Amino acid sequence: MHLDHAEGFPQRHTYSAPLRTRPDGRRRALRIGLGGPVGSGKTATVAALCRALRGELSIAVVTNDIYTREDAEFLLRNAVLPAERITAVETGACPHTAIRDDISANLEAVEDLEEAVGPLDLVLVESGGDNLTATFSKGLVDAQVFVIDVAGGDKVPRKGGPGVSTADLLVVNKTDLAPMVGADLGVMARDAAAQRGTLPVAFTSLTAPDGIAPVTAWVREQLAAWTAVPV
Amino acid sequence: MTAATHGERRHPARAALLVLADGRFPAGGHAHSGGAEAAVKAGRITGAADLEEFCRGRLATTGLVAAALAAAAAAGVDPRALDDAADARTPSPALRATSRRLGRQLTRAARAVWPSPALEELAASRPRGAHHSVVLGLTAAAAGLDPLDAAHAAAHESVSGPATAVVRLLSLDPFHATAVLARLAPQTDRVARRAEEHALAARTGGTSALPAASAPLLDLFAEDHAAWPVRLFAS
Ligand SMILES: Nc1nc2c(ncn2[C@@H]2O[C@H](COP(=O)(O)OP(=O)(O)OP(=O)(O)O)[C@@H](O)[C@H]2O)c(=O)[nH]1
Ligand SMILES: [Mg+2]
Repeated sequence: MHLDHAEGFPQRHTYSAPLRTRPDGRRRALRIGLGGPVGSGKTATVAALCRALRGELSIAVVTNDIYTREDAEFLLRNAVLPAERITAVETGACPHTAIRDDISANLEAVEDLEEAVGPLDLVLVESGGDNLTATFSKGLVDAQVFVIDVAGGDKVPRKGGPGVSTADLLVVNKTDLAPMVGADLGVMARDAAAQRGTLPVAFTSLTAPDGIAPVTAWVREQLAAWTAVPV
Repeated sequence: MTAATHGERRHPARAALLVLADGRFPAGGHAHSGGAEAAVKAGRITGAADLEEFCRGRLATTGLVAAALAAAAAAGVDPRALDDAADARTPSPALRATSRRLGRQLTRAARAVWPSPALEELAASRPRGAHHSVVLGLTAAAAGLDPLDAAHAAAHESVSGPATAVVRLLSLDPFHATAVLARLAPQTDRVARRAEEHALAARTGGTSALPAASAPLLDLFAEDHAAWPVRLFAS
């Protein structure tokens, strides 16, 4: 029996997120996950980030649609990236499973992209729209963004849940709609701070010119920290 | 070596089989319905009774073939020859692609869970993925399991995948779906034992000793399903 290899084979654990290098020893791309409820603006955030950063960074995107390939097709139609930089993963009706409990298909997608179009600086992994408990495995991404919007009212940060309270960045999107739905952004900021302590929160309106700016700034910080660590 | 211990001790590593056969083993199976989504759409699975018939057919055909391939891999038959034999026994290109993709995902999980040189060698010679049943057999061996265990894992998976998927597709009562699996357990055991016999024959007789049962409707459904623009499961 082949049980006499207790020393392990680090190089063969492929390169799930804890490993910072590709098989050839070069630094792999920083992987950022974007999760959040259905329709909160995850794809719009991904598209805006690609537009803001594609001139300076080599980027690829993995989408996890629940039923269709709509997100991937939206990104293609809007030509935010060339087609070979976008991959759709199918999740068998369980979006949170594919980003947390069984990340194998997403890891395949990330690595295939790195192999096909790499080297990459940044891979954005969009989760299928899910609920407030959906979070990414640390084996899949290095940092995660949780995107909520004001359209559901200002109660969402107060309700908390792992996404709101533990994500590395909380994005409260569609602030342009706040007056229409009677959402108080001050209340949302206060509740988010109560749930998250010092973790950052960004308020965005992606319909405004450069509305993505606070998220772009945060991504640049993550990248700077990522590349500052020697491989 | 697993083959040598086979027969001396039954189930030297029974708990490892539970780990490997657990539906939550993170190797990508959750996104696949084993043909059930297409069968539901075609009106061939509408409830627990149809699900049972569907699973019975799958078990006797592709389930047996997968179990024999897995058992043969665990029994030490050359995995590359088995990979070719799996290709020859999988007429649908869509199912061949699915099987290799799942094989690659299982390889990823197995390398982390039960590292073994045999898995490394197969991964190196089939970088785009070897067939799932072959990887399953090598994984079973790496976990200290014997060929019959590998056959059990493959046979069980051939029916547990569709049963889980149908719970999501039809909102079928999960108790009824699990009762289907329980009723199929004696047949699953028989299929595993037959698969083991084939596998042991293949050690001397080569891969032509392996069964080649097929399910043409599953192949046709799979080809059709792969072209759907909108679907819940990858296969
Ligand atoms: N008014 C307004 N609409 C927005 C904003 N951001 C996104 N939207 C719109 O909200 C809708 C949903 O946005 P998506 O980016 O598709 O949301 P998503 O989170 O990716 O949705 P799923 O992937 O389906 O869960 C689209 O019609 C967007 O145009 C915003 O800041 N303000
Ligand atoms: Mg989206």
